[in-house]
Amino acid sequence: MAPILDIKNLYKNYGQVEILKDINVSIDSGDFLVLVGPSGCGKSTLLNCIAGLEPISGGSLHIDGQNMTDVSPKDRDIAMVFQSYALYPTMSVAKNITFGMKVRGVDAATQDSKLKQVAQQLQIEQLLSRRPGQLSGGQRQRVAMGRALVRDPKLFLFDEPLSNLDAKLRVEMRTEIKELHQRLGASMVYVTHDQIEAMTLATKIVVMKGGVIQQIGSPAEIYNRPANLFVADFMGNPAMNLIPAKAKANGEGTKIEITRKDGAPIILTDAKNRNLPEDVIIGVRPEDIAEPDFRASQDAQQAECRVDIVEPAGADTFVVMQMGGKQVTARLHAETSAKPGQMQRLAFDLGKVSYFAPDSGQRLN
Amino acid sequence: MTDLAMSTARGQSRIGKVALRWLLYIALGLFALYYLMPLFVMITTSLKSLEEIRTGDLISLPREVTFDAWKTAWATACTGIQCEGVRPFFWNSVLIAVPAVMISTLIGALNGYVVAQWQFRGSNLFFAALLFGCFIPFQVVLLPMARVLGLMGVAGTIPGLIFVHVIYGLGFTTLFFRNYYVSIPSELTKAAKVDGAGFFRIFWSIFLPLSLPIIVVTVIWQFTQIWNDFLFGVSFSQAGTQPITVALNNIVNSTTGVKEYNVDMATAIIAALPTLLVYVVAGKYFIRGLTAGSVKG
Ligand SMILES: Nc1ncnc2c1ncn2[C@@H]1O[C@H](COP(=O)(O)OP(=O)(O)O)[C@@H](O)[C@H]1O
Ligand SMILES: [Mg+2]
Repeated sequence: MAPILDIKNLYKNYGQVEILKDINVSIDSGDFLVLVGPSGCGKSTLLNCIAGLEPISGGSLHIDGQNMTDVSPKDRDIAMVFQSYALYPTMSVAKNITFGMKVRGVDAATQDSKLKQVAQQLQIEQLLSRRPGQLSGGQRQRVAMGRALVRDPKLFLFDEPLSNLDAKLRVEMRTEIKELHQRLGASMVYVTHDQIEAMTLATKIVVMKGGVIQQIGSPAEIYNRPANLFVADFMGNPAMNLIPAKAKANGEGTKIEITRKDGAPIILTDAKNRNLPEDVIIGVRPEDIAEPDFRASQDAQQAECRVDIVEPAGADTFVVMQMGGKQVTARLHAETSAKPGQMQRLAFDLGKVSYFAPDSGQRLN
Repeated sequence: MTDLAMSTARGQSRIGKVALRWLLYIALGLFALYYLMPLFVMITTSLKSLEEIRTGDLISLPREVTFDAWKTAWATACTGIQCEGVRPFFWNSVLIAVPAVMISTLIGALNGYVVAQWQFRGSNLFFAALLFGCFIPFQVVLLPMARVLGLMGVAGTIPGLIFVHVIYGLGFTTLFFRNYYVSIPSELTKAAKVDGAGFFRIFWSIFLPLSLPIIVVTVIWQFTQIWNDFLFGVSFSQAGTQPITVALNNIVNSTTGVKEYNVDMATAIIAALPTLLVYVVAGKYFIRGLTAGSVKG
């Protein structure tokens, strides 16, 4: 089966400025693709290109096997939810939702039944006669979703739909969107700068920076095997610890040496990874540094570390240490015995670490 | 002690505030009187007989109210050789102003919509050129415009005058609508495009319904400009198509013998009434439209 969305060698320039460079993405029917990256990296531009709201400067774009490169938005069979919701201010909620069908000449009876169905689905039946100005942020968000859902398109496009909501509502709506995706089995492209949103919603993530795709993969791939230092740092909260280290091959594998301000260096032995250059940056997720008897792994290597700061966070306790000139965070269990200023025996799960080249930032293992 | 001092200080400042307020009202009242004085003189004079004007005081109330001067002004006053009052000229002005206001407002709205929401290559230059048109003095365009009207075959006609006023008004009307529409988020246009609406559909269904305040501003502005215009009216008209401003001038300047001040005043008031009416009816929106910018979505 043809991919529902297939972007090949897409370029986008504004005048002389290259905003998107050689974008290649494709997703299958039912995928939930999340475009994630810092503000200004070109996510909205890419989404607008997919929608046909911005002409592309190079490459091609297919939707469900059809070449849509030069097709206008209305003929692409897409629906879009905007960051500002973009509800028509002078129309009632009902008119907002049915406007697209009206423009397309759908008969009144069909409009009515579809409106009812969507209103019920999103629980906005009691709002139908109101104007957008009379709605709360969360309600506007729902109406914007309704306007997209009623179209039943091949592809849904979302541009940071939750970023204007308060934190609690954002989490609720996130769950609701995920549930919606599972129920409809629809194909979606979703833009966000929030890596947690990306991790929780996506079946496939595209990490972007400066108009260039850094990595494409499932949330697990992106999280566990980041392709470069940027992805490693961007995805995950608290961020992955990225510690400069020396690697030396020896009989059992590779000896990893991390310097410390006070005391002897930490020596860990990685049995799996060989052929590393001498200078590396080792990437360890906070949860892969734990108390030895708590999260035991066969690849775990232990070391004594001086704890600087202890930060209880309810379910977990974070401890902060100094290694290789960097602050290193470990996620320990809530009842940990770690105390600030004391030594603590910790296990590093070398089965899950990433290695990066310090100069290029690329992944080595 | 300190309490007392403070409360008297506060009391004094309150008295000071009240006094200041009254001073302000008195000053404003004086200004209003000053501005209303000419209108008062005009109205009272127009209601006096010539006899009374000659013998009486300029600012005294009429001893005997008579509408003769108004009747004369409207129906029988002489504007040169012809003595039909201002009535035909009044209708000429209506026939010029109403279509010219409507057309220039509509085209201005479309222009503003394009410049604000459908940026094209050179659209900023286009807008700058239109703006430049606002600042060209009337006198500069007289000769070229006469030539253009001649070539178009509408010289001296009412359609010709409508054309002149539409062209000359477009810079302003475009500016008004453009400034109003740039504050409308471009995502609204994008949403409508995805919904399948085209250029005119978006304008008609989404932008125009939002535009009432700015339409009112534009209509008032344009109506005042066109109704009060004299230079274009006198330059591009001929007998039978002259607007009321020209008639007013002719009545005031061309009477021989005794100067009929009461008729002159009545004519002037008749000439000013429509703009006054537009302000009274739509003035509330005028202020609101000038200050309101963005649209709460
Ligand atoms: N119409 C435009 N003209 C010129 N530059 C633009 C335009 N729209 C966006 N850009 C630039 O393109 C870059 C990407 O913007 P955008 O796609 O909105 O980023 P994101 O959605 O990832 O925050 C930004 O640097 C922005 O300044
Ligand atoms: Mg964006």
